[in-house]
Amino acid sequence: MLTYLLRRVFYTLPIILGVMLLTFFLFFMVSSPENVARKQLGKNPSPELIQNWLKTHGYDKAQFINLPFDPKYKPDQPWYESQFTNHMRATLLFQFGQSDVNGEDISQRLLEGAGPSALITLPAFIMTLLVTVSLSLVIALYRGSYLDWGGMFICVLLMSLPIMVYIIAGQWLLGLVLRYFPVFGFAEGGDSLRFVLLPVVIGVLVGLGSSVRFYRTVMLDEIGQDYTRTARAKGLSERVVLFKHVLKNALIPILTNVVADLPLLILGSLLLENFFGIPGLGNLTVFAITELDFSLLRALVFLGSLLYIVGLLLTDISYILVDPRVRLE
Amino acid sequence: MLDLVESALFINLATLTILLLFGWAVWSLSRQEFIQEAWRRLQQNTVAMVCLGVIGVYVAISLADSLVVPLKEGVAVRNYSLVDLLYKNVPQEEGYSAPFAKTTYKTLNAKPLKGFHPLGTNVLGEDVLRETLKASRTAIIVGGVTCLIAIPIGLTLGILAGFYGGWVDDTVQYTYSVVYSIPEILLFLALFLVLGQGLPQLCLALGVATWVNLCRQIRAETIKHRERDYVLAARALGVSDFQTLLRHILPNVMHIVVIICTLRFSALVLSESILSYIGIGVGAETSSWGFMINGARQELAREPSVWWVLVAATGALFGLVLAFNILGDAVRDALDPKLRTR
Repeated sequence: MLTYLLRRVFYTLPIILGVMLLTFFLFFMVSSPENVARKQLGKNPSPELIQNWLKTHGYDKAQFINLPFDPKYKPDQPWYESQFTNHMRATLLFQFGQSDVNGEDISQRLLEGAGPSALITLPAFIMTLLVTVSLSLVIALYRGSYLDWGGMFICVLLMSLPIMVYIIAGQWLLGLVLRYFPVFGFAEGGDSLRFVLLPVVIGVLVGLGSSVRFYRTVMLDEIGQDYTRTARAKGLSERVVLFKHVLKNALIPILTNVVADLPLLILGSLLLENFFGIPGLGNLTVFAITELDFSLLRALVFLGSLLYIVGLLLTDISYILVDPRVRLE
Repeated sequence: MLDLVESALFINLATLTILLLFGWAVWSLSRQEFIQEAWRRLQQNTVAMVCLGVIGVYVAISLADSLVVPLKEGVAVRNYSLVDLLYKNVPQEEGYSAPFAKTTYKTLNAKPLKGFHPLGTNVLGEDVLRETLKASRTAIIVGGVTCLIAIPIGLTLGILAGFYGGWVDDTVQYTYSVVYSIPEILLFLALFLVLGQGLPQLCLALGVATWVNLCRQIRAETIKHRERDYVLAARALGVSDFQTLLRHILPNVMHIVVIICTLRFSALVLSESILSYIGIGVGAETSSWGFMINGARQELAREPSVWWVLVAATGALFGLVLAFNILGDAVRDALDPKLRTR
């Protein structure tokens, strides 16, 4: 058990390293810092201005190794002072430095944004899980009936609309016409409930279609197995068979599906937060995009990937808890 | 360079090349008995055939908007697509007008309209139907070209990894694990910031995120086929690795490509609209349903509310995505009965 855990953790290390390399490739090699500087400094900046900007943001160093063959070689600095080593060190130590746009401390911004994001995503996540699993169980119970057919049809309809249509319709109907919820804004503490409710409901609705369809397939797969027949042959009621036997075995694919949403728990939903004016990480991401803040987006990409990798790791570990047969090959 | 890209001949040739590529893909697939049988099964599914027809209409519209005719306009030569030609004589109005309306959408000083607009006009007085039609070209291009980018990468890497195993497999697996572990939306955003806006960049960014899924599935399927008797027989007869891959394994994994691409298409169209909506998708000069929805968002709160732009864009988007969702399921059921959703 422990060896399995250790090996599994050990396997993720190269992946994290790969993500770090990929972000370096994207943000330092594909897009040159000079271009970033030009975009940030507006129209036709002078060369001195660009050099200055590069220097304050640490882009003036050599790219990989500070040795004489590099065009940006700095004789007064040690050989390991380069953009690459800086990037690696910064991401490993979670020191993301300052924003390219307004010089704010990125780690601080991330910490501030995580709270409001979690306030939306955590309830949405739990509610989605409960609603989708129970709905798919009900649909699987009545498989082949009109309920099954109608439910699947509604799921496909729900899947075919982009998230912004849900948001616009929700804001218009519940916020403007019926005036149940405030349309925009956020408040700290107990007052936040008013602002959070509508985004949470929309968040649940958006993920409903595809999840219910997927879980239903999983449930039906399990219902076709021999152990279900045995359980029925023992004389157990359909309800006990479904909730005790089928649900337990369907947990593995459900867990895998759920983990895909884990990074969104912290990162929040871009559009939901942007629409409802919630100062979370999703809003921060939109800010990074619109303001071309490379260092902020870099931090967000790395953090998001790390969370996802940890999520995958946790799923694998939970597999062993759910199913004793699962072992690392 | 710019002259070449904007010349009518080049645009038409590029369109025809893409069309030919797809035609060739369909033709080479249709020669297989397995695919022919799946096609017969698909034909019995009336709903799926209706969806195929709906998609055909969208493709025809986007094709009509992709083929251009150069027309002289004073000194300059402007390219008119077939859709543009249709709307050449429909004049621009002065601001909003409701569908089928005779006057502009104002409570005071409503002016009579110069033309007929079945879906009304937008804030600039442009016909909404025309914009909706033009946006369907963007959606079809994003879905199609992204698949054209993702298929060669995913297919090649997946087949090689599955067939050879060993270090090739390790490398490919490692590469897609790394790309896969970056949350999709963040990968898009990062690629966007780096590549810049525009339709080709959008397709490239979406393609980079799409090939991973394809590669995983192809690899798994190839591993299944690698040990089958027919492959062993081919090898025993001294067929080279390349020939084995091309003649024996490739045709047997192609159905995975078809399934994934049809299932994926709707997600691509949705992604395009969402990204354009945030303002980082296609450039501002290209029409997109996402742009239309973004523009219409504030107008619902107006008194009286302007709803037709939103409804037109959402309806067109919904129709295409729904058709692809249903067709994707039907194609999967027809090609791979084991995966059938009962």
